[in-house]
Amino acid sequence: MSELNHLTLTEALEGLEKKDFTSVELTQAHIDACEAAKSLNAFVTTTYELAIEQAGASDKRRAEGKAGPLDGLPLAIKDLFCTKGVQTTASSRILEGFVPQYESTVTSNLFRDGAIMLGKTGMDEFAMGSSNTTSGYGNILSPWRSRSAPEKDLVPGGSSGGSAAIVAARAALGSTGTDTGGSIRQPAAFCGIAGIKPTYGRCSRWGVVAFASSLDQAGVFARTTRDCARLLKSAAGYDPKDSTSANLPVPDFESALKGDVRGLRIGIPKEYRVDGMPKEIENIWQQGIEWMKDAGAEIVDVSLPHTKYALPAYYIIAPAEASSNLARYDGVRYGKRIEGGNLKDLYELTRAAGFGDEVKRRIMIGTYVLSAGYYDAYYVKAQKVRNLIRQDFLNAYGQCDALLTPTAPSAAFAIGENEDDPIKMYLNDVFTVSVNLAGLPGMSVPAGLNADGLPLGLQVIGKHWDEETVFRVGDVIEQAANFKALPQSVLKKAA
Amino acid sequence: MSIDKATVYKIAQLARIRVTEEDVERLAPQLSNIMQFVEQLEEVNTDNVGPLANVVDITPRLRADVVSDGGIPGAVLANAPEEQEHYFVVPKVVE
Repeated sequence: MSELNHLTLTEALEGLEKKDFTSVELTQAHIDACEAAKSLNAFVTTTYELAIEQAGASDKRRAEGKAGPLDGLPLAIKDLFCTKGVQTTASSRILEGFVPQYESTVTSNLFRDGAIMLGKTGMDEFAMGSSNTTSGYGNILSPWRSRSAPEKDLVPGGSSGGSAAIVAARAALGSTGTDTGGSIRQPAAFCGIAGIKPTYGRCSRWGVVAFASSLDQAGVFARTTRDCARLLKSAAGYDPKDSTSANLPVPDFESALKGDVRGLRIGIPKEYRVDGMPKEIENIWQQGIEWMKDAGAEIVDVSLPHTKYALPAYYIIAPAEASSNLARYDGVRYGKRIEGGNLKDLYELTRAAGFGDEVKRRIMIGTYVLSAGYYDAYYVKAQKVRNLIRQDFLNAYGQCDALLTPTAPSAAFAIGENEDDPIKMYLNDVFTVSVNLAGLPGMSVPAGLNADGLPLGLQVIGKHWDEETVFRVGDVIEQAANFKALPQSVLKKAA
Repeated sequence: MSIDKATVYKIAQLARIRVTEEDVERLAPQLSNIMQFVEQLEEVNTDNVGPLANVVDITPRLRADVVSDGGIPGAVLANAPEEQEHYFVVPKVVE
Protein backbone atom coordinates (compact mmCIF):
# COMPACT_ATOMS: atom_id res chain seq x y z
CA MET A 1 0.00 0.00 0.00
CA SER A 2 1.50 3.30 -0.99
CA GLU A 3 -1.37 5.47 0.26
CA LEU A 4 -0.22 7.52 3.21
CA ASN A 5 -3.19 6.49 5.33
CA HIS A 6 -2.14 2.84 5.12
CA LEU A 7 1.19 3.48 6.83
CA THR A 8 1.58 2.57 10.48
CA LEU A 9 2.36 5.41 12.86
CA THR A 10 6.00 4.29 13.03
CA GLU A 11 6.28 4.13 9.23
CA ALA A 12 4.63 7.53 8.87
CA LEU A 13 7.13 9.05 11.28
CA GLU A 14 10.03 7.56 9.28
CA GLY A 15 8.54 9.02 6.11
CA LEU A 16 8.32 12.45 7.73
CA GLU A 17 11.89 12.17 8.98
CA LYS A 18 13.15 11.18 5.53
CA LYS A 19 11.09 14.01 3.97
CA ASP A 20 9.22 11.54 1.72
CA PHE A 21 6.13 13.63 2.45
CA THR A 22 5.06 16.49 4.70
CA SER A 23 2.75 16.42 7.67
CA VAL A 24 0.29 18.52 5.67
CA GLU A 25 0.21 15.79 2.98
CA LEU A 26 -0.04 13.03 5.58
CA THR A 27 -2.80 14.86 7.44
CA GLN A 28 -4.73 15.64 4.25
CA ALA A 29 -4.60 11.92 3.28
CA HIS A 30 -6.14 11.07 6.65
CA ILE A 31 -8.78 13.80 6.37
CA ASP A 32 -9.73 12.34 2.97
CA ALA A 33 -9.92 8.89 4.55
CA CYS A 34 -12.08 10.26 7.40
CA GLU A 35 -14.44 11.77 4.83
CA ALA A 36 -14.54 8.47 2.91
CA ALA A 37 -15.40 6.70 6.20
CA LYS A 38 -18.14 9.16 7.09
CA SER A 39 -20.84 6.48 7.06
CA LEU A 40 -19.23 4.96 10.19
CA ASN A 41 -20.28 8.07 12.18
CA ALA A 42 -17.03 7.77 14.15
CA PHE A 43 -16.73 11.47 14.97
CA VAL A 44 -18.94 13.77 17.01
CA THR A 45 -16.83 16.74 15.86
CA THR A 46 -14.17 16.91 13.16
CA THR A 47 -11.39 19.50 13.39
CA TYR A 48 -9.90 19.35 9.90
CA GLU A 49 -9.00 23.04 9.70
CA LEU A 50 -7.22 22.89 13.02
CA ALA A 51 -5.48 19.68 11.87
CA ILE A 52 -4.10 21.30 8.73
CA GLU A 53 -2.99 24.31 10.77
CA GLN A 54 -1.25 22.04 13.30
CA ALA A 55 0.33 20.07 10.42
CA GLY A 56 1.73 23.26 8.86
CA ALA A 57 3.24 24.24 12.21
CA SER A 58 4.67 20.73 12.55
CA ASP A 59 6.32 20.87 9.13
CA LYS A 60 7.90 24.15 10.19
CA ARG A 61 9.20 22.66 13.43
CA ARG A 62 10.63 19.68 11.57
CA ALA A 63 12.37 21.98 9.07
CA GLU A 64 13.92 23.82 12.03
CA GLY A 65 15.07 20.53 13.58
CA LYS A 66 12.69 20.91 16.53
CA ALA A 67 10.34 17.98 15.86
CA GLY A 68 8.90 16.11 18.87
CA PRO A 69 8.43 12.34 19.19
CA LEU A 70 4.95 12.38 17.58
CA ASP A 71 5.44 15.41 15.41
CA GLY A 72 3.08 15.66 12.47
CA LEU A 73 1.11 12.46 13.15
CA PRO A 74 -2.69 12.75 12.76
CA LEU A 75 -4.65 11.19 15.64
CA ALA A 76 -8.28 10.97 16.71
CA ILE A 77 -9.24 11.94 20.26
CA LYS A 78 -12.08 10.32 22.19
CA ASP A 79 -14.71 12.94 22.94
CA LEU A 80 -14.28 12.26 26.66
CA PHE A 81 -11.02 14.27 26.73
CA CYS A 82 -11.58 17.98 27.23
CA THR A 83 -9.98 19.93 24.41
CA LYS A 84 -9.60 23.68 24.81
CA GLY A 85 -11.83 25.55 22.40
CA VAL A 86 -13.22 22.36 20.80
CA GLN A 87 -16.66 21.01 21.73
CA THR A 88 -16.48 18.04 24.11
CA THR A 89 -19.69 16.03 24.57
CA ALA A 90 -18.90 12.57 26.03
CA SER A 91 -21.46 11.61 23.32
CA SER A 92 -24.18 12.97 25.60
CA ARG A 93 -26.83 15.47 24.61
CA ILE A 94 -26.46 17.01 28.07
CA LEU A 95 -23.02 18.33 27.04
CA GLU A 96 -23.99 19.45 23.55
CA GLY A 97 -22.23 22.72 22.81
CA PHE A 98 -19.89 22.46 25.82
CA VAL A 99 -16.57 24.05 24.89
CA PRO A 100 -13.86 23.39 27.51
CA GLN A 101 -11.73 26.33 28.57
CA TYR A 102 -8.82 24.01 29.35
CA GLU A 103 -6.96 21.06 27.85
CA SER A 104 -6.86 17.56 29.38
CA THR A 105 -3.39 16.50 30.51
CA VAL A 106 -3.31 13.52 28.12
CA THR A 107 -4.10 15.64 25.05
CA SER A 108 -1.70 18.36 26.27
CA ASN A 109 1.03 15.73 26.43
CA LEU A 110 0.25 14.48 22.91
CA PHE A 111 0.20 18.03 21.52
CA ARG A 112 3.44 18.85 23.38
CA ASP A 113 5.01 15.98 21.41
CA GLY A 114 3.67 17.30 18.11
CA ALA A 115 0.52 15.23 17.49
CA ILE A 116 -2.23 16.49 15.16
CA MET A 117 -5.94 16.22 16.07
CA LEU A 118 -8.34 15.11 13.31
CA GLY A 119 -11.42 15.30 15.51
CA LYS A 120 -13.30 14.05 18.54
CA THR A 121 -14.60 10.48 18.32
CA GLY A 122 -17.93 9.23 19.56
CA MET A 123 -18.54 6.59 22.21
CA ASP A 124 -21.29 5.08 24.27
CA GLU A 125 -22.79 7.98 26.20
CA PHE A 126 -20.44 8.90 29.07
CA ALA A 127 -18.44 5.77 28.14
CA MET A 128 -21.23 3.52 29.47
CA GLY A 129 -21.64 0.63 27.08
CA SER A 130 -19.97 -2.03 24.97
CA SER A 131 -21.53 -1.37 21.58
CA ASN A 132 -21.67 2.36 20.75
CA THR A 133 -25.42 2.10 20.47
CA THR A 134 -25.96 4.36 23.49
CA SER A 135 -24.35 7.47 21.97
CA GLY A 136 -26.54 10.56 21.93
CA TYR A 137 -25.31 11.26 18.39
CA GLY A 138 -26.31 8.06 16.59
CA ASN A 139 -24.82 4.57 16.36
CA ILE A 140 -21.17 4.21 15.40
CA LEU A 141 -20.49 1.38 12.95
CA SER A 142 -17.58 -0.99 12.59
CA PRO A 143 -15.75 -0.89 9.23
CA TRP A 144 -15.92 -4.71 9.31
CA ARG A 145 -18.69 -6.90 7.85
CA SER A 146 -19.28 -10.60 8.33
CA ARG A 147 -19.11 -13.06 5.42
CA SER A 148 -22.40 -14.72 6.28
CA ALA A 149 -24.46 -11.53 6.64
CA PRO A 150 -22.55 -8.72 4.90
CA GLU A 151 -25.67 -6.55 4.81
CA LYS A 152 -25.73 -6.21 8.59
CA ASP A 153 -24.04 -3.26 10.28
CA LEU A 154 -21.81 -4.44 13.12
CA VAL A 155 -20.93 -2.69 16.37
CA PRO A 156 -17.33 -1.44 16.77
CA GLY A 157 -17.45 -2.39 20.47
CA GLY A 158 -17.38 0.15 23.22
CA SER A 159 -17.18 2.40 24.81
CA SER A 160 -14.27 3.85 22.78
CA GLY A 161 -15.88 2.66 19.52
CA GLY A 162 -15.31 5.74 17.38
CA SER A 163 -11.61 5.77 18.28
CA ALA A 164 -11.26 2.07 17.38
CA ALA A 165 -13.34 2.23 14.18
CA ILE A 166 -11.47 5.20 12.74
CA VAL A 167 -8.04 3.60 13.28
CA ALA A 168 -9.26 0.29 11.78
CA ALA A 169 -10.65 2.24 8.81
CA ARG A 170 -7.13 3.60 8.14
CA ALA A 171 -8.36 7.13 8.76
CA ALA A 172 -6.19 7.94 11.81
CA LEU A 173 -2.73 6.62 12.73
CA GLY A 174 -3.79 6.18 16.32
CA SER A 175 -6.28 7.46 18.84
CA THR A 176 -6.95 7.94 22.53
CA GLY A 177 -9.46 5.93 24.52
CA THR A 178 -10.51 5.40 28.09
CA ASP A 179 -11.16 2.07 29.76
CA THR A 180 -13.37 1.67 32.84
CA GLY A 181 -14.39 -1.98 32.34
CA GLY A 182 -12.95 -2.90 28.94
CA SER A 183 -13.67 0.20 26.86
CA ILE A 184 -10.31 0.16 25.06
CA ARG A 185 -9.60 -3.57 24.89
CA GLN A 186 -13.00 -4.85 23.70
CA PRO A 187 -13.36 -2.35 20.79
CA ALA A 188 -9.71 -3.00 19.83
CA ALA A 189 -10.56 -6.72 19.60
CA PHE A 190 -13.78 -6.09 17.64
CA CYS A 191 -12.03 -3.76 15.17
CA GLY A 192 -8.83 -5.80 14.64
CA ILE A 193 -6.39 -3.27 16.10
CA ALA A 194 -4.18 -2.99 19.21
CA GLY A 195 -5.22 -1.09 22.31
CA ILE A 196 -3.72 -0.72 25.78
CA LYS A 197 -5.14 0.35 29.11
CA PRO A 198 -2.15 1.07 31.34
CA THR A 199 -1.94 0.69 35.12
CA TYR A 200 -4.38 2.86 37.07
CA GLY A 201 -2.49 6.10 37.72
CA ARG A 202 -0.16 5.89 34.71
CA CYS A 203 -2.12 8.45 32.64
CA SER A 204 -3.61 11.52 34.25
CA ARG A 205 -7.39 11.64 34.53
CA TRP A 206 -7.34 15.45 34.66
CA GLY A 207 -9.64 16.87 32.02
CA VAL A 208 -11.18 13.47 31.22
CA VAL A 209 -14.96 13.52 31.72
CA ALA A 210 -15.38 11.28 34.77
CA PHE A 211 -17.44 8.07 34.72
CA ALA A 212 -16.16 5.88 37.62
CA SER A 213 -13.09 7.57 39.02
CA SER A 214 -11.51 4.57 40.77
CA LEU A 215 -11.72 2.53 37.54
CA ASP A 216 -11.29 5.08 34.71
CA GLN A 217 -7.93 5.01 32.97
CA ALA A 218 -6.86 6.61 29.70
CA GLY A 219 -4.98 4.65 27.07
CA VAL A 220 -4.33 4.42 23.34
CA PHE A 221 -5.21 2.59 20.13
CA ALA A 222 -3.07 1.99 17.07
CA ARG A 223 -2.59 -0.72 14.47
CA THR A 224 0.58 -2.16 16.02
CA THR A 225 2.00 -2.69 19.49
CA ARG A 226 4.99 -0.52 18.57
CA ASP A 227 2.70 2.35 17.61
CA CYS A 228 0.83 1.92 20.91
CA ALA A 229 4.13 1.97 22.82
CA ARG A 230 5.08 5.29 21.24
CA LEU A 231 1.68 6.87 21.87
CA LEU A 232 1.52 5.69 25.47
CA LYS A 233 5.00 7.02 26.19
CA SER A 234 3.76 10.50 25.24
CA ALA A 235 0.31 10.25 26.85
CA ALA A 236 1.52 8.93 30.24
CA GLY A 237 3.24 10.73 33.07
CA TYR A 238 2.87 12.26 36.50
CA ASP A 239 0.38 15.08 36.87
CA PRO A 240 -0.05 16.92 40.17
CA LYS A 241 -3.57 17.89 39.02
CA ASP A 242 -4.76 14.26 39.37
CA SER A 243 -4.55 13.08 42.98
CA THR A 244 -4.25 9.45 41.83
CA SER A 245 -1.57 10.10 39.22
CA ALA A 246 1.58 8.10 39.98
CA ASN A 247 4.81 9.99 40.50
CA LEU A 248 6.86 7.33 38.75
CA PRO A 249 9.15 7.61 35.73
CA VAL A 250 7.53 6.56 32.43
CA PRO A 251 9.56 3.73 30.90
CA ASP A 252 10.53 3.70 27.24
CA PHE A 253 7.86 1.14 26.37
CA GLU A 254 9.21 0.63 22.86
CA SER A 255 12.48 -0.79 24.13
CA ALA A 256 10.44 -3.60 25.74
CA LEU A 257 9.60 -4.90 22.24
CA LYS A 258 12.39 -7.42 22.08
CA GLY A 259 10.59 -9.98 19.95
CA ASP A 260 11.53 -12.49 22.62
CA VAL A 261 9.56 -14.04 25.47
CA ARG A 262 11.98 -16.85 26.33
CA GLY A 263 11.91 -17.56 30.03
CA LEU A 264 8.74 -15.57 30.68
CA ARG A 265 6.04 -17.38 32.63
CA ILE A 266 2.60 -16.84 31.09
CA GLY A 267 -0.36 -17.61 33.33
CA ILE A 268 -3.58 -19.12 31.95
CA PRO A 269 -6.44 -18.47 34.39
CA LYS A 270 -8.71 -21.50 34.46
CA GLU A 271 -11.78 -19.49 35.55
CA TYR A 272 -11.77 -17.71 32.17
CA ARG A 273 -12.95 -20.93 30.50
CA VAL A 274 -16.54 -19.86 31.08
CA ASP A 275 -19.57 -22.02 30.36
CA GLY A 276 -20.84 -21.67 26.85
CA MET A 277 -17.67 -20.03 25.54
CA PRO A 278 -17.83 -20.15 21.72
CA LYS A 279 -15.46 -22.63 20.11
CA GLU A 280 -13.77 -19.89 18.08
CA ILE A 281 -12.81 -18.03 21.27
CA GLU A 282 -11.51 -21.25 22.84
CA ASN A 283 -9.51 -21.93 19.67
CA ILE A 284 -7.91 -18.51 19.39
CA TRP A 285 -6.93 -18.69 23.05
CA GLN A 286 -5.35 -22.11 22.50
CA GLN A 287 -3.57 -20.71 19.45
CA GLY A 288 -2.16 -17.90 21.60
CA ILE A 289 -0.93 -20.44 24.14
CA GLU A 290 0.81 -22.40 21.36
CA TRP A 291 2.44 -19.20 20.04
CA MET A 292 3.77 -18.47 23.50
CA LYS A 293 5.14 -22.00 23.88
CA ASP A 294 6.74 -21.89 20.42
CA ALA A 295 8.39 -18.60 21.33
CA GLY A 296 9.93 -20.19 24.41
CA ALA A 297 7.65 -18.95 27.17
CA GLU A 298 6.62 -21.21 30.01
CA ILE A 299 2.86 -21.77 30.30
CA VAL A 300 1.55 -21.90 33.88
CA ASP A 301 -2.00 -22.75 34.92
CA VAL A 302 -3.22 -20.25 37.49
CA SER A 303 -6.44 -19.63 39.36
CA LEU A 304 -8.34 -16.38 39.86
CA PRO A 305 -11.10 -17.81 42.07
CA HIS A 306 -13.25 -14.68 42.38
CA THR A 307 -13.51 -14.04 38.62
CA LYS A 308 -17.25 -14.70 38.46
CA TYR A 309 -17.89 -11.93 40.99
CA ALA A 310 -16.05 -9.25 39.02
CA LEU A 311 -19.03 -8.18 36.89
CA PRO A 312 -21.49 -8.01 39.82
CA ALA A 313 -18.94 -6.00 41.86
CA TYR A 314 -18.33 -3.72 38.90
CA TYR A 315 -22.06 -3.10 38.41
CA ILE A 316 -22.25 -1.78 41.96
CA ILE A 317 -19.02 0.21 42.09
CA ALA A 318 -19.15 1.78 38.62
CA PRO A 319 -22.79 3.00 38.83
CA ALA A 320 -22.20 4.24 42.41
CA GLU A 321 -19.26 6.38 41.32
CA ALA A 322 -21.11 7.44 38.16
CA SER A 323 -24.17 8.61 40.07
CA SER A 324 -21.90 10.83 42.15
CA ASN A 325 -19.79 12.09 39.22
CA LEU A 326 -22.78 12.80 37.00
CA ALA A 327 -24.53 14.85 39.69
CA ARG A 328 -22.66 17.84 38.26
CA TYR A 329 -24.88 17.93 35.15
CA ASP A 330 -27.58 20.13 36.58
CA GLY A 331 -28.32 22.67 33.87
CA VAL A 332 -26.73 25.48 35.87
CA ARG A 333 -23.03 25.65 35.10
CA TYR A 334 -22.68 24.15 31.62
CA GLY A 335 -24.44 22.03 29.06
CA LYS A 336 -28.11 21.60 28.37
CA ARG A 337 -30.77 23.39 30.43
CA ILE A 338 -34.51 22.86 30.39
CA GLU A 339 -36.28 25.66 32.21
CA GLY A 340 -38.70 24.70 34.98
CA GLY A 341 -40.88 26.61 37.41
CA ASN A 342 -38.40 26.13 40.24
CA LEU A 343 -34.85 24.88 40.71
CA LYS A 344 -35.87 21.26 41.36
CA ASP A 345 -37.93 21.20 38.17
CA LEU A 346 -34.98 22.67 36.28
CA TYR A 347 -32.67 19.92 37.56
CA GLU A 348 -35.12 17.10 36.92
CA LEU A 349 -36.23 18.23 33.47
CA THR A 350 -32.68 18.96 32.35
CA ARG A 351 -31.42 15.56 33.43
CA ALA A 352 -34.45 13.72 32.01
CA ALA A 353 -33.93 15.35 28.62
CA GLY A 354 -30.12 15.30 28.59
CA PHE A 355 -29.28 11.74 29.62
CA GLY A 356 -30.01 8.62 27.57
CA ASP A 357 -31.59 5.42 28.89
CA GLU A 358 -28.42 3.52 29.82
CA VAL A 359 -26.96 6.50 31.66
CA LYS A 360 -30.21 6.99 33.57
CA ARG A 361 -30.28 3.30 34.50
CA ARG A 362 -26.76 3.45 35.87
CA ILE A 363 -27.31 6.69 37.77
CA MET A 364 -30.40 5.16 39.35
CA ILE A 365 -28.66 1.91 40.29
CA GLY A 366 -25.80 3.95 41.75
CA THR A 367 -28.19 6.17 43.67
CA TYR A 368 -29.96 3.11 45.03
CA VAL A 369 -26.84 1.25 46.22
CA LEU A 370 -25.52 4.39 47.91
CA SER A 371 -28.82 5.32 49.55
CA ALA A 372 -29.36 5.18 53.31
CA GLY A 373 -29.60 1.62 54.57
CA TYR A 374 -28.07 0.00 51.48
CA TYR A 375 -24.56 1.44 51.44
CA ASP A 376 -22.97 -1.33 53.53
CA ALA A 377 -24.96 -4.16 51.95
CA TYR A 378 -24.03 -3.21 48.40
CA TYR A 379 -21.25 -0.68 48.04
CA VAL A 380 -19.01 -1.74 50.94
CA LYS A 381 -19.63 -5.41 50.09
CA ALA A 382 -18.57 -4.79 46.49
CA GLN A 383 -15.41 -2.97 47.62
CA LYS A 384 -14.56 -5.98 49.79
CA VAL A 385 -15.04 -8.37 46.89
CA ARG A 386 -12.90 -6.02 44.84
CA ASN A 387 -10.15 -6.51 47.38
CA LEU A 388 -10.40 -10.30 46.94
CA ILE A 389 -10.30 -9.95 43.14
CA ARG A 390 -7.15 -7.84 43.36
CA GLN A 391 -5.60 -10.31 45.78
CA ASP A 392 -6.33 -13.16 43.31
CA PHE A 393 -4.15 -11.42 40.74
CA LEU A 394 -1.36 -10.73 43.23
CA ASN A 395 -1.39 -14.41 44.20
CA ALA A 396 -1.29 -15.50 40.53
CA TYR A 397 1.68 -13.19 39.91
CA GLY A 398 3.61 -15.26 42.45
CA GLN A 399 3.68 -17.95 39.75
CA CYS A 400 3.74 -15.99 36.50
CA ASP A 401 4.86 -12.73 34.87
CA ALA A 402 1.76 -11.98 32.77
CA LEU A 403 -1.60 -13.51 31.96
CA LEU A 404 -3.03 -14.45 28.56
CA THR A 405 -6.80 -14.55 27.99
CA PRO A 406 -9.30 -13.86 25.24
CA THR A 407 -10.29 -10.16 25.14
CA ALA A 408 -14.03 -10.65 24.61
CA PRO A 409 -16.42 -13.62 24.69
CA SER A 410 -17.40 -13.16 21.01
CA ALA A 411 -16.54 -11.33 17.81
CA ALA A 412 -18.41 -8.12 16.94
CA PHE A 413 -22.19 -8.51 16.90
CA ALA A 414 -24.83 -6.74 14.83
CA ILE A 415 -26.32 -3.40 15.85
CA GLY A 416 -29.42 -4.12 17.92
CA GLU A 417 -28.26 -7.48 19.24
CA ASN A 418 -27.92 -7.89 23.03
CA GLU A 419 -30.24 -4.92 23.59
CA ASP A 420 -33.24 -6.72 25.02
CA ASP A 421 -31.58 -7.15 28.40
CA PRO A 422 -28.91 -4.84 29.93
CA ILE A 423 -27.21 -7.83 31.61
CA LYS A 424 -26.51 -9.47 28.22
CA MET A 425 -24.64 -6.36 27.12
CA TYR A 426 -22.72 -6.26 30.40
CA LEU A 427 -21.41 -9.81 29.78
CA ASN A 428 -19.24 -8.45 26.95
CA ASP A 429 -16.84 -7.24 29.62
CA VAL A 430 -16.52 -10.59 31.40
CA PHE A 431 -12.78 -10.95 30.56
CA THR A 432 -11.79 -7.30 30.87
CA VAL A 433 -13.54 -5.91 33.92
CA SER A 434 -11.41 -7.58 36.65
CA VAL A 435 -8.37 -5.79 35.27
CA ASN A 436 -9.98 -2.42 36.08
CA LEU A 437 -11.10 -3.57 39.52
CA ALA A 438 -7.49 -4.56 40.26
CA GLY A 439 -5.96 -1.48 38.57
CA LEU A 440 -3.73 -3.60 36.29
CA PRO A 441 -2.43 -2.89 32.78
CA GLY A 442 -4.10 -4.85 29.96
CA MET A 443 -3.74 -4.88 26.20
CA SER A 444 -5.67 -6.41 23.32
CA VAL A 445 -3.78 -7.55 20.25
CA PRO A 446 -5.43 -8.78 17.03
CA ALA A 447 -4.89 -12.54 16.84
CA GLY A 448 -6.89 -13.75 13.87
CA LEU A 449 -10.25 -13.90 12.11
CA ASN A 450 -13.17 -16.15 12.94
CA ALA A 451 -14.92 -18.30 10.32
CA ASP A 452 -17.10 -15.33 9.48
CA GLY A 453 -14.10 -13.13 8.68
CA LEU A 454 -14.30 -11.01 11.84
CA PRO A 455 -11.33 -10.10 14.06
CA LEU A 456 -10.66 -11.76 17.41
CA GLY A 457 -8.30 -10.36 20.01
CA LEU A 458 -6.13 -11.79 22.75
CA GLN A 459 -5.63 -9.95 26.01
CA VAL A 460 -2.34 -9.68 27.86
CA ILE A 461 -2.60 -8.64 31.52
CA GLY A 462 0.47 -7.48 33.44
CA LYS A 463 1.53 -6.66 36.97
CA HIS A 464 1.01 -3.17 38.34
CA TRP A 465 3.38 -0.72 36.55
CA ASP A 466 4.69 -3.48 34.28
CA GLU A 467 3.32 -2.37 30.92
CA GLU A 468 6.72 -3.33 29.53
CA THR A 469 6.05 -7.06 29.90
CA VAL A 470 2.56 -6.51 28.46
CA PHE A 471 4.12 -4.89 25.39
CA ARG A 472 6.80 -7.58 25.17
CA VAL A 473 4.20 -10.38 25.11
CA GLY A 474 1.82 -8.43 22.85
CA ASP A 475 4.59 -7.90 20.32
CA VAL A 476 5.34 -11.63 20.12
CA ILE A 477 1.64 -12.44 19.65
CA GLU A 478 1.45 -9.80 16.95
CA GLN A 479 4.40 -11.31 15.10
CA ALA A 480 3.03 -14.84 15.39
CA ALA A 481 -0.48 -13.82 14.35
CA ASN A 482 0.80 -11.69 11.46
CA PHE A 483 -2.64 -10.09 11.27
CA LYS A 484 -2.94 -8.37 7.88
CA ALA A 485 -6.67 -8.50 7.21
CA LEU A 486 -8.34 -5.24 6.22
CA PRO A 487 -11.94 -4.25 6.90
CA GLN A 488 -14.20 -4.68 3.88
CA SER A 489 -14.94 -0.96 3.59
CA VAL A 490 -11.19 -0.25 3.32
CA LEU A 491 -10.63 -3.06 0.80
CA LYS A 492 -13.39 -1.76 -1.42
CA LYS A 493 -11.84 1.69 -1.56
CA ALA A 494 -8.36 0.35 -2.21
CA ALA A 495 -9.62 -1.80 -5.12
CA MET B 1 -34.14 -7.46 45.72
CA SER B 2 -37.05 -6.57 43.51
CA ILE B 3 -37.46 -2.87 42.86
CA ASP B 4 -41.10 -1.82 42.79
CA LYS B 5 -42.54 1.21 41.09
CA ALA B 6 -42.66 3.29 44.26
CA THR B 7 -38.96 2.66 44.79
CA VAL B 8 -38.19 3.68 41.20
CA TYR B 9 -39.99 6.99 41.81
CA LYS B 10 -38.05 7.49 45.01
CA ILE B 11 -34.67 6.77 43.39
CA ALA B 12 -35.50 8.99 40.42
CA GLN B 13 -36.33 11.78 42.81
CA LEU B 14 -33.07 11.31 44.73
CA ALA B 15 -31.19 11.28 41.40
CA ARG B 16 -33.07 14.38 40.23
CA ILE B 17 -34.29 12.72 37.04
CA ARG B 18 -37.94 13.34 36.08
CA VAL B 19 -39.62 10.08 35.09
CA THR B 20 -42.98 9.36 33.49
CA GLU B 21 -45.35 6.51 34.36
CA GLU B 22 -44.12 4.78 31.20
CA ASP B 23 -40.45 5.17 32.23
CA VAL B 24 -41.22 3.63 35.62
CA GLU B 25 -43.01 0.65 34.02
CA ARG B 26 -39.92 -0.03 31.94
CA LEU B 27 -37.32 0.71 34.61
CA ALA B 28 -38.77 -1.34 37.47
CA PRO B 29 -38.08 -4.77 35.90
CA GLN B 30 -34.74 -3.64 34.39
CA LEU B 31 -33.42 -2.30 37.69
CA SER B 32 -34.72 -5.41 39.48
CA ASN B 33 -32.79 -7.65 37.07
CA ILE B 34 -29.60 -5.70 37.61
CA MET B 35 -30.00 -5.84 41.38
CA GLN B 36 -30.64 -9.59 41.25
CA PHE B 37 -27.49 -9.97 39.16
CA VAL B 38 -25.30 -8.04 41.60
CA GLU B 39 -26.73 -9.86 44.60
CA GLN B 40 -24.56 -12.87 43.70
CA LEU B 41 -21.99 -11.10 45.85
CA GLU B 42 -23.83 -12.29 48.94
CA GLU B 43 -22.30 -15.75 48.32
CA VAL B 44 -18.80 -14.42 48.87
CA ASN B 45 -17.37 -14.69 52.36
CA THR B 46 -15.87 -11.28 53.13
CA ASP B 47 -15.35 -11.71 56.87
CA ASN B 48 -11.98 -10.20 57.75
CA VAL B 49 -11.69 -8.51 54.33
CA GLY B 50 -11.44 -4.74 54.19
CA PRO B 51 -13.03 -2.66 51.44
CA LEU B 52 -10.57 -1.70 48.72
CA ALA B 53 -10.48 1.95 47.75
CA ASN B 54 -6.92 2.31 46.47
CA VAL B 55 -5.97 -0.23 43.80
CA VAL B 56 -2.32 0.66 43.44
CA ASP B 57 0.02 0.95 46.40
CA ILE B 58 0.54 4.65 46.17
CA THR B 59 0.03 6.80 49.22
CA PRO B 60 -2.19 9.77 48.51
CA ARG B 61 -0.11 12.89 48.87
CA LEU B 62 -0.83 16.25 50.42
CA ARG B 63 -0.25 19.48 48.59
CA ALA B 64 0.53 22.85 50.04
CA ASP B 65 -2.64 24.68 51.08
CA VAL B 66 -2.20 27.60 48.74
CA VAL B 67 -4.24 29.21 46.00
CA SER B 68 -2.90 27.82 42.74
CA ASP B 69 -5.57 28.91 40.30
CA GLY B 70 -8.37 31.43 40.00
CA GLY B 71 -9.23 34.92 38.90
CA ILE B 72 -10.77 33.59 35.68
CA PRO B 73 -14.53 34.19 36.06
CA GLY B 74 -14.88 34.55 32.29
CA ALA B 75 -13.57 31.03 31.70
CA VAL B 76 -15.58 29.59 34.59
CA LEU B 77 -18.82 31.08 33.25
CA ALA B 78 -18.08 30.60 29.54
CA ASN B 79 -20.44 27.61 29.24
CA ALA B 80 -23.14 28.79 31.62
CA PRO B 81 -26.66 28.52 30.16
CA GLU B 82 -27.44 31.80 31.95
CA GLU B 83 -25.14 34.23 33.71
CA GLN B 84 -25.31 37.72 35.08
CA GLU B 85 -22.43 39.85 36.30
CA HIS B 86 -20.21 36.83 36.89
CA TYR B 87 -22.90 34.79 38.63
CA PHE B 88 -24.73 31.63 37.54
CA VAL B 89 -28.45 32.36 37.34
CA VAL B 90 -31.10 29.91 38.61
CA PRO B 91 -34.83 30.24 39.28
CA LYS B 92 -35.63 32.10 42.49
CA VAL B 93 -35.11 29.80 45.52
CA VAL B 94 -35.97 32.18 48.38
CA GLU B 95 -39.35 33.86 48.47
